[in-house]
Amino acid sequence: MKYLSEYRNPELVKKYLDEIHQSCTKPWMIMEVCGGQTHSIVKNGLLQLLPKEITMVHGPGCPVCVTPMHLIDKAVYLALKEKVILCSFGDMLRVPGSTDSLLEAKSKGADVRILYSPLEAVKLAKDNPDKQVVFFAVGFETTAPANALSVLHAHREGLENYSILASHVLVPPAIDAVMNDDLVKIQGFLAAGHVCTIMGIGEYGPLVEKYQVPIVVTGFEPVDILHGILMVVKQLEKSEHKLENQYARVVRPEGNPEARKVIEEVFEITDREWRGVGNIPLSGYQVKEQYAAFDANKKFSIKMPKVEENPECIAGQVLKGIKKPHECPQFGKGCTPERPLGAPMVSSEGACAAYYHFSKISGQLTEA
Amino acid sequence: MSDYKSILSASCPMPKLDFEIITMGHGSGGLLTHKLLDAGVFDVLSNEYLDKQHDGAVFDVTPGKMAFTTDSYVVSPIFFPGGNIGELAINGTVNDLCMCGAKAAFISLSFIIEEGLRVSDFWEILLHIKQAADHAGVKIVTGDTKVVERGKGDKIFINTSGVGKVHPEAAISVDRIKTGDKVIISNDIARHGIAIMSVREGLEFESDIESDTCHFNHIVEQLLEGFGNGIHFLRDATRGGLSTILNEVSQSLSKGIAIHQKDITVDESVAGACELLGLDPLYVANEGVFVAFVEASIADQVVQKLKSWENGLHAAVIGEVADQHPGQVVLHSQIGGRRVVNMLVGEQLPRIC
Repeated sequence: MKYLSEYRNPELVKKYLDEIHQSCTKPWMIMEVCGGQTHSIVKNGLLQLLPKEITMVHGPGCPVCVTPMHLIDKAVYLALKEKVILCSFGDMLRVPGSTDSLLEAKSKGADVRILYSPLEAVKLAKDNPDKQVVFFAVGFETTAPANALSVLHAHREGLENYSILASHVLVPPAIDAVMNDDLVKIQGFLAAGHVCTIMGIGEYGPLVEKYQVPIVVTGFEPVDILHGILMVVKQLEKSEHKLENQYARVVRPEGNPEARKVIEEVFEITDREWRGVGNIPLSGYQVKEQYAAFDANKKFSIKMPKVEENPECIAGQVLKGIKKPHECPQFGKGCTPERPLGAPMVSSEGACAAYYHFSKISGQLTEA
Repeated sequence: MSDYKSILSASCPMPKLDFEIITMGHGSGGLLTHKLLDAGVFDVLSNEYLDKQHDGAVFDVTPGKMAFTTDSYVVSPIFFPGGNIGELAINGTVNDLCMCGAKAAFISLSFIIEEGLRVSDFWEILLHIKQAADHAGVKIVTGDTKVVERGKGDKIFINTSGVGKVHPEAAISVDRIKTGDKVIISNDIARHGIAIMSVREGLEFESDIESDTCHFNHIVEQLLEGFGNGIHFLRDATRGGLSTILNEVSQSLSKGIAIHQKDITVDESVAGACELLGLDPLYVANEGVFVAFVEASIADQVVQKLKSWENGLHAAVIGEVADQHPGQVVLHSQIGGRRVVNMLVGEQLPRIC
């Protein structure tokens, strides 16, 4: 596959690994922000290939992991209502709410559909005029344009039976929140490439200056990730902090203005609760008042009781890199992918699941 | 959906019946049942056992071991690129017998039909059943048809059971697998699951990916003829894909299995679809792929034999059984990393990013 296989090329991987090994003289702690990067790191077994001085911290960039429990409860509640079709991306289905996951709701008779595009949900609404179609609009800036577009399409077609349950989160405020915590010791970031495809890289300059950390916008294939790590390490070794773009073949500095226009038309920035992390000011999108008819939150005026997270789950500390998953007393015991206490154990992009899968290799029980 | 059928019914037109859809009456055992069975099932599948139309089939057996298996087929949609539920129901049961070291001979066939199924669809399925049975050299000797109310089924469910004679040289059992055994895969992986996915509501995408459904009745017989008890274990990599069966084996053995990504072939369009959908081909279902654990010394010859088969073009040694990491499957990635390939937790769900 062109544009993929060259970024999985074993020789290039080796070249970057050799360079990282040569450049790295001190211990460094680097966070990859995006869950897609975590997934690639795990899938390709990159962790054991890096010098032991480098610690990778899996960041909060897994939208599935940070969607607050009460929103999942709300989705489950809506799904179980008569005449509602609840549509969602696939990996949202298994995330536990306070009582059920969407998958469990499905087995209780809820009409839950897995879709790849919110525009499919609009089509579903058109084809089922007697049903309410709700799309669980989860994700970072990357999925926001398509979700916003679905609202515009539904608006244009005059559909009264389509709405989105928006749980959109934004990357830069999350990096800010992570760095604001005194316990955090992260020294450099791989920023999420696809988010920047939409938003551009401008928002990251101020963070580089504020916290004096290198940020490298990075892609998702093994060659991309190792290249990104090398760029961060080189800066760190020279005590530099710059914003760099490793993923320039996809990310333009200004991002995608057309997509941003669609986002700005439908969404406005709001405070948002991140599961495991807490409330982060101005870190999410909500549907603007003018499109309130397409906002499931307003359309179905439901107040879900706020449920406390399981106190034994240390997801927040894990997502900030303060603790490693295996330092949690419940890791692999009370909390496994089959019976997760918190979201990072559910998604394959979640830090805990990543460690769980890894640390099972015999003899490597404590370190991924 | 009609794109995926019509191949057979064009050459073998449906008999003229005075009904177009199947109703509750067709499962009542009365006149309607007889109309459906006489003009359809018995005619198409005719053989000396079935023609007796008795409650069961009576046949001779020769001394030796027999294998017996059963499976139910509920695939949706019932017609998909490269196959349909009828073909699957024959190949699947034939293959389960093959994996026991047997050659499938007799099959039972039961339909549970949801009221409202079009007779033309049923006819198409029936013809594919006949064709698949002929290809595999098996006879359908007994069966049953029931109709359930609308909403109580999903168009059509099929159950097949089968019996076959175990090859005298076969000694296939998970406890015969030993350290050093080679793991062989019979072809490229993940085609069936992706073919189905490409026509599922809400996920449709255009592709020319077809299901790999096929039977193993002849190739397994040839392997057993040629290599006898050097073949330690066989398993088809159906639901849960390659990784699931490797995990099952490694856990039941308490030995490790190491596999090498570079040796596992995934067709380029299948790999592309997996990328797009966020699926790992190791977990995607196959219907025409099996895994063999064999004595290391014969591994290359087994691969050569498989490659001579029309459905074994990409057969390869993909790994070996080891004492290290007992109970785990470890994948050596293309770029030199390692990771544990876990058992799938529940259904594989497409990822967001």
